[in-house]
Amino acid sequence: MLNISGIHEGFVLDHIQAGMSLQIYHDLKLDKLDCTVAIIKNARSNKMGKKDIIKVECPVEALDLDILGFIDHNITVNVIQGDRIVEKKVLSLPTEVTNVIKCKNPRCITSIEQELDQVFQLTDPLKEVYRCKYCEEKYINPARRKTK
Amino acid sequence: MRHLISPLDFSVEELDKLLDLANDIENNPDKYAEACKRKKLATCFYEPSTRTRLSFEAAMLNLGGSVLGFAGADSSSAAKGESVSDTIRVISSYADICAIRHPKEGAALVAASKSDIPVINAGDGGHQHPTQTLTDLLTIRSLKGRLDNITIGLCGDLKFGRTVHSLIHALVRYENVKFVLISPEELRVPEYIREDVLKAHGIEYKEVERLEDAIGELDALYMTRVQRERFFNEEDYIRLKDFYVLNKAKMEMAKEDMLVLHPLPRVNEIAVEVDEDPRAVYFKQAQYGVYVRMALILTLLGIEV
Repeated sequence: MLNISGIHEGFVLDHIQAGMSLQIYHDLKLDKLDCTVAIIKNARSNKMGKKDIIKVECPVEALDLDILGFIDHNITVNVIQGDRIVEKKVLSLPTEVTNVIKCKNPRCITSIEQELDQVFQLTDPLKEVYRCKYCEEKYINPARRKTK
Repeated sequence: MRHLISPLDFSVEELDKLLDLANDIENNPDKYAEACKRKKLATCFYEPSTRTRLSFEAAMLNLGGSVLGFAGADSSSAAKGESVSDTIRVISSYADICAIRHPKEGAALVAASKSDIPVINAGDGGHQHPTQTLTDLLTIRSLKGRLDNITIGLCGDLKFGRTVHSLIHALVRYENVKFVLISPEELRVPEYIREDVLKAHGIEYKEVERLEDAIGELDALYMTRVQRERFFNEEDYIRLKDFYVLNKAKMEMAKEDMLVLHPLPRVNEIAVEVDEDPRAVYFKQAQYGVYVRMALILTLLGIEV
């Protein structure tokens, strides 16, 4: 069994759907952080069978929870300070995400208007459907749990 | 500041008030003849349109106001690469209210977010055309006396027809409205309209392929054009096209007080022989379009007469 030591300060993202950790690494822009990052793939999990885990040693305010909630709100965020878990953050689906996904509708105004933010709004929390604020193009997160 | 971007921007109560105002304008045009004196409407039409633009201009002129604007992207600063946001900021300092048509979906919303004056969406690509919906509602309400307790048939291209989608959205807010959706298999209403709008509101509806099978039960029939290029093959088009042509013979099967509406332009889906039938109200509908736009301009400018 592979052992990765604990962290002194930072966060542990647990219960990531197996195979999704690298996408999350990029979406959270962890590659831009100058800190230690451990990506654990296919760890054994009683609940999920297999899961991914990401450990990041950095100040917790560096994390954008809105984006993480959008990627998969079932991920557990453990906040670590002084080698201990001080908080377990609950993620929720953000009602609006800005400049995270790009509208793919070629007829949408976002395809031509200069410096217009890409805004998607949550229109169906149950089915986790987001729609472009401008043209209402549908977006369903591919990372959505298949077990639901 | 109030804009009109989607047909659902007004609540049912606000809509009733707007349609009441339109009816008052219809009955007392002189009362409103100078209501918008010294006010200017900018018509910013980035793509060609005849009826909608002229309807807006007629509405403002009837109110004693003036109009300025452009028709076609070639004659506007868009041809030089100016954004919608920049254009509307400039227009805001020239006019008191703006009607915008743009080929890109969501353009009117972008304009509204940057504008200092009320913005009316006069069509944003295949997305929304709220003043057509207001026109349709005013026509039905004025000639039927109600928007609730009706069975409405929507016929033709129900897949791509934005006027049909907007009308369904608007009518599901009224009591006991039943829909009969008449279209070929290829052009049925999109799944999200069936699931998220009709089923979600518990609305009674049925889908049929032939107009003859449904026309007898309708209080209003909303015709749209079935375009040849929407079909996957020529054989299906030839097989089905006549089902969606309204003629005298089909009108004989309809109720005596059924209304026939059409957003226009009509090509061949309504035979010219039907025009003489008192139930054919599509040209009257164009007149109601002017009244409802007059009511809309007054409402958004906050002018009371």
